[in-house]
Amino acid sequence: MRSIINYLKDIFLGVRSLLKGMKVTSRYFWSPRSIVTEKYPENRKTLVMLERSKGEVIMPHNDKNEHHCTGCGICQINCPNGSIEVISKIIDTEDGKKKKIIDKHIYKLGQCTFCGLCVKTCPSNALAFSTKFEHAVFNKALLIKVLNKPGSQLMKGVEQ
Amino acid sequence: MLTSFGIINYLSAQSGPWWRVFYDFTSLTKNIDAGLHNAMSPFWTTVTEMVIVGILFLLFYAVIGLFLVYAERKVCAFIQNRLGPNRLGPFGIFQTVADLIKLLFKELIPIKNADHFLFNLAPYIVIIVNFMVLAAIPYALGLHAVDLNIGIFYVIAVSSMSVIGVLLAGWSSNSKYSLLGAMRSGAQIVSYELSVGLALATVVILAGSMQLSVIVEGQRTGWFIFKGHIPAVIAFVIYIIAGTAETNRGPFDLAEAESELTAGYHTEYSGIKFAFFYLAEFINMFIVASIAATIFLGGWMPLHFGADNGFNRIMDFIPPVIWFFAKTFFLIWVIMLFKWTFPRLRIDQLLTLEWKYLLPINIVNLLIMAFIVLMGWHF
Repeated sequence: MRSIINYLKDIFLGVRSLLKGMKVTSRYFWSPRSIVTEKYPENRKTLVMLERSKGEVIMPHNDKNEHHCTGCGICQINCPNGSIEVISKIIDTEDGKKKKIIDKHIYKLGQCTFCGLCVKTCPSNALAFSTKFEHAVFNKALLIKVLNKPGSQLMKGVEQ
Repeated sequence: MLTSFGIINYLSAQSGPWWRVFYDFTSLTKNIDAGLHNAMSPFWTTVTEMVIVGILFLLFYAVIGLFLVYAERKVCAFIQNRLGPNRLGPFGIFQTVADLIKLLFKELIPIKNADHFLFNLAPYIVIIVNFMVLAAIPYALGLHAVDLNIGIFYVIAVSSMSVIGVLLAGWSSNSKYSLLGAMRSGAQIVSYELSVGLALATVVILAGSMQLSVIVEGQRTGWFIFKGHIPAVIAFVIYIIAGTAETNRGPFDLAEAESELTAGYHTEYSGIKFAFFYLAEFINMFIVASIAATIFLGGWMPLHFGADNGFNRIMDFIPPVIWFFAKTFFLIWVIMLFKWTFPRLRIDQLLTLEWKYLLPINIVNLLIMAFIVLMGWHF
C-alpha cells in the first residue's frame, strides 16, 4: 500500500514540477518586453552600451592633459598576446635625479582579445575600457594606437 | 471546357456568398469531380484527381514544413528572450525559404563505404510515411483525402513505419554516430508506440469507431476531452507525451543528441537529403498534433456544448479549417514548449517513464474508460 502511495506521489510531484517549469517558459514566451536582443544597425542612434562593456582599452586623460601611467610596463608583461608595448624614456628631473617616464603606450587593437588583464593589473589605474565597439577600418595600420596623447604628462600624486 | 471543370460552375451556382466554401468543402469537391467526369473518361478522371491531390499535398507539405521550422525558431527565441530570425522579410518570415534554397544548392556528399542504395532510400521512406499519414487526416468538412473505416489503426500502423527509414539511415551511413542514434531512436519509437496506441484506443472506446470522420462527427455535442472527462484528459496527456517521444523531439531527442552524437541518424546526410529528414521531423510533429486535435479536441468541429444552442451557433461562424489549424498549432506550441523547457532524458529515465509510468497508467485508464462507457457516465 505504501509503495502505491509513493508511486502516485511521485507522479503528482513530477507533474507539478514539470508544470512549474512550463509556467516559467510560457511566461517568457508571452511577455515580449523581456526580449533583450538589440536590433543593432537600426537602433544605432539610441543604442546605450553598458558601463562595463569592453569596447577598447583607453588611457583616460583629465582636462589638463594628464594621465596616470607611470610607464612601469606591468600591462605589457601581463598581456597574454603581446598587444601592448610600453616605450619609456629616461629624463632628468628638476632636482637632478634620473627618472623613467612613459614615451609611447602602444596598443595593438587588432591583436587584443579584451581579456582585461591590463586594466585589472595596472597599479595606478591608468587604463580603462571604453564602450566604443565599432572598430572596422580599411587599413590594418589604423588599429595600432598610441594611448597617451601627445604632450601629456603624469598626474601629480600618482607616484608615491 | 474550362467552365465544365466544376469550380466556376460551383461558384456561379452557389446561393450564398463565395466564402461559404470554407464551411463545407463537400459540394466543391463533388462539383470538381462531376466537371472532370464531363470532360474526360473515368480512368483519366481518376488520374487527374490523383495528380491534383498529390500536388496539393506536396505544396501543403512544403508550406507546413517551412512554416514549422520558422515557428520553432521564433518560439525558441521568445522563450529564451531573443528575437529569432528577423532580417529577411517582415519578422524574418522568408528566412526558412532562403534556408531551403541554400540547402537545394548544396553539394550531396557521397559517403565512402556507405550502402548507397539504402542510404538514398532512407529519406524517401520517411517522407512517404509522412504523406501516407497526412492523407488520412480530416482537415475540414469534406477536405479529407481518404476516409478509411479503420482510420486510427491505419495512422498508428503507418506512422510506426518511419522507424524503418531512421534505422536504414543509421545502418547504411556506416558511421558510429548514425548507428547509435538510429538504435536509440528505434528503441524509443518502438516502446512509445504502445502508449500512443493505448491512448488512442481509450478514445476509440468512447467514440465507438475508428473512422476519423465518424470520430469528428461524434464530437458535435462536445469534444471528447470534455465528454470523457478524467480518463480522456489522462489519455490526452499521455498521448502528447508519447507523441513527443515518438517524433524524437523535445526532452526525448536522444536519437540525435547534438552534444553526444553530433546529429544522430542523419549525421552523414547533406544538402537536400538532410533537409528531407529535417522536414519529416517537423511534419511528424504536425501529424502528432493534428491527430491529437482530431481525436481529443474535435478536429475541425467548432467548440460545442450540448446538442443545439446559441453558443454552438456562434462558434459555427468560425470556419472548420480555422478551428482545425488553430487547435493543431496550439498543440504544436505546447510540444515546442516541452522541448525548450525540459532537459534531455537519459536512456534509462526514458525507458522508466514509458514502462513504469505511462504504460501502467494507460492500461488502468483504458479500463476506467471502458467502465465509464459501459455505465454511461460520460456526457
